[in-house]
Amino acid sequence: MRSYLNRKKRVQTFMYLVLILAAVWTLFPFYWTFVTSLKESAEIGAKPISYWPRLLTVENYVQAWKTGGFSGYFRNSLKVALISTFFTVMLSAMDGYALARFQFKGKTFFLLLLLCTQFFPTAMLIIPLFKIYNGAHLINNHWSLILTYTVFHIPFNAALMRSFISGISPSLEEAAMVDGCGRFQAVIHVLFPLLLPGIAAVAAYSFISCWNEYLYALMFVSSDSKYTIPVGLSMTIGEYSINYGQLCAGSMIALIPIILLFMYVQKYMVSGLGAGAIKG
Amino acid sequence: MRKKSRYIPYLLMMPTLALLCWLLIYPVGNVFFTSFRQEMLNRPKQNAFIGMDNYIRIFSDPVFWEALWNSFRWVVSEVLLQMVFGLGLALILKERFRGCGIFRAILFLPWALSGVLVSLLWAMMYYENVGVLNDLLQKLGIISKAVAWTGNKNTAFWSLVIAELWRGIPFFSIMLLASLQTVPEELYEACRADGGGALARLRYVSFPYIKETLVLTTLLRTIWEFNSVDLILNLTGGGPVHKTTTLAVYLANTARRDGNFGYGSALAVISFMILLVLAASYLKLSGFGKEDSL
Repeated sequence: MRSYLNRKKRVQTFMYLVLILAAVWTLFPFYWTFVTSLKESAEIGAKPISYWPRLLTVENYVQAWKTGGFSGYFRNSLKVALISTFFTVMLSAMDGYALARFQFKGKTFFLLLLLCTQFFPTAMLIIPLFKIYNGAHLINNHWSLILTYTVFHIPFNAALMRSFISGISPSLEEAAMVDGCGRFQAVIHVLFPLLLPGIAAVAAYSFISCWNEYLYALMFVSSDSKYTIPVGLSMTIGEYSINYGQLCAGSMIALIPIILLFMYVQKYMVSGLGAGAIKG
Repeated sequence: MRKKSRYIPYLLMMPTLALLCWLLIYPVGNVFFTSFRQEMLNRPKQNAFIGMDNYIRIFSDPVFWEALWNSFRWVVSEVLLQMVFGLGLALILKERFRGCGIFRAILFLPWALSGVLVSLLWAMMYYENVGVLNDLLQKLGIISKAVAWTGNKNTAFWSLVIAELWRGIPFFSIMLLASLQTVPEELYEACRADGGGALARLRYVSFPYIKETLVLTTLLRTIWEFNSVDLILNLTGGGPVHKTTTLAVYLANTARRDGNFGYGSALAVISFMILLVLAASYLKLSGFGKEDSL
């Protein structure tokens, strides 16, 4: 018994050691960028490198926001991500409802189609999509991004919605409909409140992906005033004389919504998403 | 009532179907069509049907072969390393212990970051003068002179691999942790009672439960890494001298920087074919979906 306990203790110490190492490896890049964002520009390039600012300043944040264009990038990203998320949630909830509550011809085909779309390489579609939007005069317009993001996020989220709705017994809606509710009202008053956690998960997931998307945003939007955050950041990296402090402050700004949302979905992710979504 | 409800599912799915046809199915067809044409964004007057010329050019293009090789080593090293580390972390995080919530939250965080943001965090590590990595390694006595990690021919590729690894491990941890949690605890107990060690428990108890997820996540990741461009474009742009140009990066540069849509489309078709063959043979070899799993 004693040796068993000893062994258990050793295993646990080893586990914690691995976890702490992994945590340091994960957090250090964040730490470094955060520290740099708080330094004065003279200190950033100075040797020896300082691991904590000698003089704390928020000047970089003020500059990034006011003159670095990040207030605009932030607004653009927010607009594109929110509208795309709205459409993704609406449409995938409609698909999910159809797939979970009805038997109909072509259902298998539709499910297969959704699955297939997951396998198309995104880089493959930049050229034809550019041509489509060019023809529709949507280049350098946020709607090209909103449409693209919505289309690319529907398949996965429709499958997710389907498994959420399947998990809710249809008897509640049926009872409401027997009581004289229309189908639409039954859905709004009975199903919707029960589905809220699922909707929140889909919305958070889709918001994060939209907020992060880079290649299409780079391809379809060409003027600085319409850049989203990832494109704005990447243009700053590409400049000849990089203003490191401002760049780091900009990335911290880009991080804030992600961290907030991530804290919400993170717990939920492992229990719900992994098992449910994959099996569709 | 019965009659009316027959149309409901079709009505509900109509908008999605329309969008998918317009912005996914038609473009896929269009790529194939464009790959047989000369199409330059800047010289639309010279656009013309040229048959197989783009494909013939690809096979004698040295950059293409280098990109193919880079894609191969990129995908293999990323997927393998991410899976091994991801599985290791998932096995630890599966246990219930003090602070496991905090550790999960921290270790999963890179999953939610954009490629550009990851590039930036790692650029701040790698920069020759401002970057912190040179300072750390010099203090530890591992290197004596500062290295330009992403600009040097010998280190650029592996610097990218490490940065992408940082972002990619959490995906595997999350997926595998989720599927490890479906393993009934009694089975572990039974295996322990039969004298099975940690390895035996992994091999005979966990593995059958996570096999399906393992196959699917590695496949999804393979596709994902094959197509991933944001990190490479932002850290090295495909350089130095094409040392980090993967097929996807070559395609993105051909389309965006050169505006050469015809040649780019041919590259896209070839990439698509490679992925298709890869995915099909992988699924077949692993016997995925035999028990009606999809």
